Amino acid sequence: MNELIGTIDWSRAQFALTAMYHWLFVPLTIGLAFIVAVMETIYVRTGNIAWRGITKFWMTLFGINFACGIATGLILEFEFGTNWSNYSWFVGDIFGAPLAIEGLFAFFMEATFVAVMFFGWKKVGQKFHLTATWLTAFGVTLSALWILVANAWMQHPVGMKFDPAQMRNVMDDFWAVALSPVAINKFFHAVFSGWALAGVFVVGVSCWMLWKKRNTEAATRSIKVGGWIGLAGLLLTIYTGHGSAVQVARVQPMKLAAMEGLYNGSVNQGLVAFGIYNPEAENDPQAKPILGEVSIPGGLSFLANGKFGTFVPGINDLIEGRTITQSGDTIYDLSYADKIARGKEAQDALREYDRATAAGDTVAMRLAARRIEQNYDYFGYGFLDNPRQAIPPVALTFYAFRIMVCLGSALLLIFIVALYVAYNKPRALSNKWLCLLGVLSVPVVWLCSQAGWIVAEVGRQPWVVQDKMTTGVAISDISADSVQLTFWIFAAVFTLLLVAEISIMLRQISSRSLTDIQAPDND
Amino acid sequence: MDITTLQIYWWLLISVLGALLVFLLFVQGGQSLLCGAPLKTEARRLMVNSVGRKWEFTYTTLVVFGGAFFAAFPLFYSTSFGGAYWLWMLILISFVLQAVSYEFRSKPGNIYRTQTYDAFLMFNGLFGCVLLGVAVGTMFFGADFTVTRTNLIDSHNPVISQWGSLHGLEAILNLKCLLLGLMVFMLARTQAGLYFVNNIDAPHVFGNTIRRSVLVNGTIFAVLFVGFVVVLSLQSGYRYDSAGVMTQESNIYLHNLLDMPWTLAMVGVGAVLVLYAIYRTAFSSTWRCGVWYSGAGTVLVVMALFFIAGYNNTAYLPSTADAQSSLTIVNSSSSLFTLKVMGCASLVIPVVLAYIFYTWRRINNRPLTPAEIDTDHHAY
Repeated sequence: MNELIGTIDWSRAQFALTAMYHWLFVPLTIGLAFIVAVMETIYVRTGNIAWRGITKFWMTLFGINFACGIATGLILEFEFGTNWSNYSWFVGDIFGAPLAIEGLFAFFMEATFVAVMFFGWKKVGQKFHLTATWLTAFGVTLSALWILVANAWMQHPVGMKFDPAQMRNVMDDFWAVALSPVAINKFFHAVFSGWALAGVFVVGVSCWMLWKKRNTEAATRSIKVGGWIGLAGLLLTIYTGHGSAVQVARVQPMKLAAMEGLYNGSVNQGLVAFGIYNPEAENDPQAKPILGEVSIPGGLSFLANGKFGTFVPGINDLIEGRTITQSGDTIYDLSYADKIARGKEAQDALREYDRATAAGDTVAMRLAARRIEQNYDYFGYGFLDNPRQAIPPVALTFYAFRIMVCLGSALLLIFIVALYVAYNKPRALSNKWLCLLGVLSVPVVWLCSQAGWIVAEVGRQPWVVQDKMTTGVAISDISADSVQLTFWIFAAVFTLLLVAEISIMLRQISSRSLTDIQAPDND
Repeated sequence: MDITTLQIYWWLLISVLGALLVFLLFVQGGQSLLCGAPLKTEARRLMVNSVGRKWEFTYTTLVVFGGAFFAAFPLFYSTSFGGAYWLWMLILISFVLQAVSYEFRSKPGNIYRTQTYDAFLMFNGLFGCVLLGVAVGTMFFGADFTVTRTNLIDSHNPVISQWGSLHGLEAILNLKCLLLGLMVFMLARTQAGLYFVNNIDAPHVFGNTIRRSVLVNGTIFAVLFVGFVVVLSLQSGYRYDSAGVMTQESNIYLHNLLDMPWTLAMVGVGAVLVLYAIYRTAFSSTWRCGVWYSGAGTVLVVMALFFIAGYNNTAYLPSTADAQSSLTIVNSSSSLFTLKVMGCASLVIPVVLAYIFYTWRRINNRPLTPAEIDTDHHAY
């Protein structure tokens, strides 16, 4: 059993490592592809040769980053099989389809047109090149769509039914999977956050060049394009983030409670603006979960339900199945203990179904199938021994949510300042404190982005598929030592690649780079 | 369409993807040929930039090959990837290193230096090909695994697919699988030579060396291919009946070739095309089209090999531990609904192939020259 736990923990660590590294590169790829396409469009429309230099400069940075995103993405896709073999079978009928569609529709588009984008300047016409750049940006965005559809399905499984004969879930409504509100929100939230991140990157790098007094005209132009796209991306990220929160409240209330460190919910529940999480609350019902709390009154009720004065359940409420109605009455629905019992009932029925199948007893099979169907909504709870195992890591989720929101709000200010100065007081762009602010915003936006990923993925634990399968059951039959070894190999490889990428990017930014863009080149 | 037809259709698509992947491994073959070209020479730059413009196609085809298996035959994805852990991990690591090497190798600020990235490319060139061949080899020569679906609800031992303790390393040590791996490697090197002949215009740099390498690598490949065909013909496997019960059968792949004579014709025509490409390229000083003949031949042969592995009621992943656990296109497939959805999605394949063909021609319309690399801001 200890070996099993070791395999689970190391598999989770390895997947988290791969996903977090992947998520360092992907948002920049998504956003920068779009920004580069806009810049090239300006070049084609105006015929201004300086814009071609600017486009090529950002395209070079895009290429460096793109390679790392592809490298980590490959591992991520195959890890579903290598480390989560049970998962691959249990839900592969549904989850595999978006992944295959992603490859067919998006990856080939990226691979084909990115080659034209990089190598086609002299081989194809201007308009075809521009089309290739836009198709690359479109392909990059499309690839995000399908993996996020798959991810959203894990958070809110729809469009499927359980087949006891094969002991797996099978898809019965593709459009319910592809157009799930959770998926739509998640997709736009991720893509727009990519725009915001790339916008900050462009503004930050441009500020660096302004600080060094190199290519000021080109840097100012880049700030304008990056700033507008980043600002639009950030505003839309905030809007879709609210949509995501509404969906979380609806389909993953335990995650929302963890995001807020909320143990006992109330009507007109406040949203914690500042506070320190108190881990003692996990074991002591009398302990205050948030110390030094500053809240926005009714904020969480509004965030979750779209109106003040509504009830938002806390962790203890969910475990006990408690809800407070609009009229103030306390009512009880299924507690987690009940759900665990129903899950075990479904699993017992599945064993019974298997025995009946072996014996050829069709009547017993039918009865068992009915019991499974009646209890299948809680199938995953049958893997739990006690209700508290269904609580995600609260402290990490709570702080990650605050980091995401606070840093995101700060970045909004940075975009507004950058754009105001670029348009109205361009001379002030040489102010080194302003430039320093722009440069420092670059690591901040990545921290914000990673925090968002942590909220989404840590907050949904212990589920790999919400209510249907726990992370612990999804694993492969490999020793903990093997996974530990590959974890460290990947940690070393990814870190070395990140260091290499940063080094090359810094050299690109600080060497010849934009000094060439003022003068027309030979092609 | 019924589920049987869709299972056959999806195995056909897997076969096409597998065949295209083997053809596109010429990129890896080209990387392995870097060994013979000293660092910082014009020859190495030309070779890297020639295959470097195509590496993403190989990479993407590998990803889509995996994705298609996941969507159409998830039990294979679950069993092979989760079981042959070390084999797949080594393959993936080699491709991860490849992905960044082209982009990083000659950029300023490249802290690990060009030779490190070139070593990564050579590592991927050798191990990527050999290990992919070994992985496919398990589809003919079997693997040490069992599948027990009821494990899912056993809290102490929940994993459905269980593999032997070496987790894929045993496949690398299996001489038959290794033979296939080496054959794939030599084919990739041969095709890389053919591609260079087609794509690079620098006679003053290479002289006749590439055409000579095609002859040497092609001859070794041909010998390995004959050996593989003999070994495969003697190999036993499992055939399943209408109830899914497996029965062992000697010379099963030979029987499949004879039962499905069109596969025999594909192997024959494909082999002739590859040999013709090798022969004519090696003994002509002007003919440049060999890669297309050998490419078409490769696709035909590899597709035929996938067909005899999975069609005609044959288990495409035989289990050496428990015959009844062997995977077939019937017992490992997705549901009828998913196969239908994926079948609709697959209708886009001709469009994808069309734009790949069009852009490939536009980018390759003129052979690569040293002058082009000198003026290309994105050269590797």
